[in-house]
Amino acid sequence: MRNVITIARKELNSYFQSPIAYVLIGAYAAMFGYFFWSLVYFFVRASMQAQMTGRTMPMNLNELVIRNLLGNVGVLCLFMIPMLTMRLFAEEKSRGTMELLLTSPLRDWEILLGKWIGAVGMYASLLLFSGLNLVFLFAYGKPDWKPLAVGYLGLLLQGAAMLALGMFLSSITQNQIAAAFSTFVLLLMLWIFEWMSNMDQNMLTEVLTYMSLLRHNESFIKGVLDLKDTLYYLSVSFLGLFLTARSLESLRYRG
Amino acid sequence: MIQVEGLTKRYARNVAVDHVSFSVEKGQIVGFLGPNGAGKTTTMRMLTCFMPPTEGTATIAGFDVIKQPLEVKKRIGYLPETPPLYPDMEVGEYLQFVARIKGIPEKEVLKRSEEAAARCFVKDVWGKLIGKLSKGYRQRVGLAQAIIHNPEVLILDEPTSGFDPKQILETRDLIKSLAGDHTIVLSTHILQEVKAMCESLVIINKGKIATSGRLEDLTRRNGAVLEVSVPTGATEASVLTEPFSSISGVTAVTATDDGGLWRIDVDTETNEDLRPRLASIALGKGWNLYRLDAAAVSLDDMFLRLTGAVEGSAVEEVQ
Repeated sequence: MRNVITIARKELNSYFQSPIAYVLIGAYAAMFGYFFWSLVYFFVRASMQAQMTGRTMPMNLNELVIRNLLGNVGVLCLFMIPMLTMRLFAEEKSRGTMELLLTSPLRDWEILLGKWIGAVGMYASLLLFSGLNLVFLFAYGKPDWKPLAVGYLGLLLQGAAMLALGMFLSSITQNQIAAAFSTFVLLLMLWIFEWMSNMDQNMLTEVLTYMSLLRHNESFIKGVLDLKDTLYYLSVSFLGLFLTARSLESLRYRG
Repeated sequence: MIQVEGLTKRYARNVAVDHVSFSVEKGQIVGFLGPNGAGKTTTMRMLTCFMPPTEGTATIAGFDVIKQPLEVKKRIGYLPETPPLYPDMEVGEYLQFVARIKGIPEKEVLKRSEEAAARCFVKDVWGKLIGKLSKGYRQRVGLAQAIIHNPEVLILDEPTSGFDPKQILETRDLIKSLAGDHTIVLSTHILQEVKAMCESLVIINKGKIATSGRLEDLTRRNGAVLEVSVPTGATEASVLTEPFSSISGVTAVTATDDGGLWRIDVDTETNEDLRPRLASIALGKGWNLYRLDAAAVSLDDMFLRLTGAVEGSAVEEVQ
């Protein structure tokens, strides 16, 4: 366990030692800030209009602001995750530091679990930054915190699954650009599978829709903790980790 | 300490290492010598459990590299050809990271990393980013990384490549000082390095072992070599070999003509020094004696002969 923590700490530190962490946090904060501002602006205008026309329809912060906001973060992940995962193994391989890891008394699963946890930690700190905006909602309004917490849990699970897939793609190449791009394409495919359900209803589209990463986040964002969706993300994470382990093994044989 | 038997690494199309066997005693420094692409690095990677062999076995400190890789890895320090460094880390931070993954208990991590840094003369760059260090410093940080957990076996892949002469001497001294406690296998294609540091030698060529043994045994040859000219003009080699072949203990005599200067090789059974007798015979015959030496195989000659590297040198091809 100590080995896993050592590797995870090293991974997390290396994000902050390179510009990646700062660029991502900056870009993410700007995008999230924009989404937040525009949604709140819309909400405020809508509620003012409602008051002026005298129609007092109930307006819900959770429904109108938070839900849309978290939905957008799910899409932002598509662009951020490849940048977090591309270096995980590709960089170690191109620098030759893979030899250090593989000749140290570490088990393969300790290496990949440590790396994954480090990446999830980096992703979680991105989510934490977005939380700063939401403080204002609590300061000036009364949103319900429970669905918000479930929504964030969903984003974390979704991110963890995407990171595991990205880590696998990083482990099969030495080239970080190739790792990032293939991760992006894979995640994009898994996203657009969802659209299949609009076209036709048959076995194939049902399976493809079920595979969609973003679709499973919908219930979380609504504040519903669904066991089926939790299991989906956990099993995708496990699949990513498992494939990475196989890929490390084949790396040993190919040298 | 190290036992290698029939170690083989086969790729889809070629054989990188072909049934290599050798053994290394505790506390020795062994030179692993061979031209580029001979299979040195592949062999070392199999010894360090970086890759499994296709066939054969190797045991390090009594542990099998295939069956007990974790135990083997605890007992080896490995410096690959390019030192495995993280340019974004500081030297101290890096050494502490390595100390942790090598399994050093947490309360000793700092102490042991400082010791390793001091031993490899990198204490003065402790707080510097590795990416900003010169090549010599990087190599020494790499060496510090290899010795940090005080391993029984050190495996060093071309430890002095890219150094200036002063650094080469310092590193050789450092490596020599590590022998005794550690068993060291170092690969190189620099022959001086082997002469300066190693007690025994494994020469590998095209994946196969060309020869191995103690450096002394490999380069020793009993006998002497003379260079003479014959004022009256000699026509046949037998004229020159005949006076020596009757000496007791002489096993073979050969003479070769090099533009009027004859080179005579006298091989003997024992290492008894025959030079005074050979000199008096040559002078008694009225020959002019230009050179008289004890015979020895130069490492360079042996290396070139075994690896067959003299097929049209690259320089000539360019010209």
